[in-house]
Amino acid sequence: MTKPSTQPFIQIQNVSKYFDQFCALDTVSLDIALGQKLVICGPSGSGKSTLIRCINRLEIHEKGEIFIDGKIVDGSPAGRNVLRNNVGMVFQQFNLFPHLTIIENLMLGPLRARHLPESEARDLAMQYLERVRIPEQLDKYPAQLSGGQQQRVAIARALCMMPKIMLFDEPTSALDPEMIAEVLDVIEELADSGMTMICVTHEMGFARQVADMMLFMDHGKIVETGPPKTFFTTPKSDRCKLFLSQILRH
Amino acid sequence: MNLIKSRLFQSTFWFRLAALFSLFLLGGCADNWGWYVVNPATETGRQNLAFLIDGLYYTMALSVTAISISICLGLIVALPGLSVRRMPKTINRVFVELVRAIPILVLILWVYYGLPQVAGISISVFWAGVLALAISDSAFQAEIFRAGIQSIDRGQYEAAQSISLNYRNTMRYVILPQAIKRILPALGNQLVYMLKMSSLVSVIGMQELTRRANELVVTEYRPLEIYTILVLEYLVVILIVSAGVRWLERRLDTS
Repeated sequence: MTKPSTQPFIQIQNVSKYFDQFCALDTVSLDIALGQKLVICGPSGSGKSTLIRCINRLEIHEKGEIFIDGKIVDGSPAGRNVLRNNVGMVFQQFNLFPHLTIIENLMLGPLRARHLPESEARDLAMQYLERVRIPEQLDKYPAQLSGGQQQRVAIARALCMMPKIMLFDEPTSALDPEMIAEVLDVIEELADSGMTMICVTHEMGFARQVADMMLFMDHGKIVETGPPKTFFTTPKSDRCKLFLSQILRH
Repeated sequence: MNLIKSRLFQSTFWFRLAALFSLFLLGGCADNWGWYVVNPATETGRQNLAFLIDGLYYTMALSVTAISISICLGLIVALPGLSVRRMPKTINRVFVELVRAIPILVLILWVYYGLPQVAGISISVFWAGVLALAISDSAFQAEIFRAGIQSIDRGQYEAAQSISLNYRNTMRYVILPQAIKRILPALGNQLVYMLKMSSLVSVIGMQELTRRANELVVTEYRPLEIYTILVLEYLVVILIVSAGVRWLERRLDTS
């Protein structure tokens, strides 16, 4: 290990993941520094979701290593500790807990995983609920909220764990079109505040605005990386060119 | 075939059948009825009725205690069945298959007469009954819990994992509250089933509804009337319990 200051915050080294015979990730290597905003795009089945799910062990990779803050991420208590202290995740389908109110959804992690006292957990939850601009909904159940509001609650729930990095797995794909903006606004604000993030999305306008690095995946491999300016205007690989021409056509 | 089928769904058909049946019971064999044994207007009738209805306490105590234990036991048995590893799964399968294969009556007899010898303990009629009913029911409870827990979306586990909840807290705060809501109708069914099965504990001398009826029949020689009362007793209790379960379901549904 080199000096910690120059060390990337997340190191993904030769990670491979198979679903039976299907190779979802093919020896992927990637470094992410603190404060970086990475947007991953690619066709479905290209491994982009699998990649970020491997980072917080929702999928368990077969080969290679993932380090966060210099510590290896594995099934050991130490590995779980690293994840708890560093990584938050937002899902495509929100995955809020339907039997708990909004404030209970937010307080569950701080209470049961971080063992904060109740009053402190409540204050923390309120603080993030205000940040995603729905403090008035605290006593409602998820089903009573719109999709956009639910996803903002999910973002707040992840933030309540005080992560250093946020993973977004297609956060707007399940939303009605008129609700996408309110969610992207919240994510953009979060990016502006300096949060490190990896976001899988097809919202290219948002990507252009927020990303400081773009990443294109296909068949479990990273095909192309680059800053958004050159990525969108002069993609190098044919596969990426084709993909961008398809999704930017309209 | 169609004619018969459609008839079966007509309420008038059932009314006629019921009317015919009661005519047969009340009219056709009127000489054989002796309702005096349970006539509330007479002193003996009242005593007999009270004797019969008093058994309700034991029927309820047996069933409720047994189902409480079997729910806990069922959950303990269900959890290894959800494991991805082979060993816990096998333990779950063996328990469920084994217990399901033993008739409840046989289990009651074995627990009451056999267990004290094997374990060198003395066991009361009540606890022998509770134990046998609970063990027997736990296999079914385990299957109900397993199905209920498996019906919860994977995303709920992933969300719990993403906020670093451990297995225990994930189950306790996220999965089980949702699963229990879903399996409540099935649990209600089990309670009704348990109320009925508790009648079998009469064979080892438990003074519950059925045993009381049997004892009264022996002294009064009026099986038809007394067992009719017994049927009505179970009917009323079970209808009330079913209504209670439905009420609970509605209440949980709105929250």
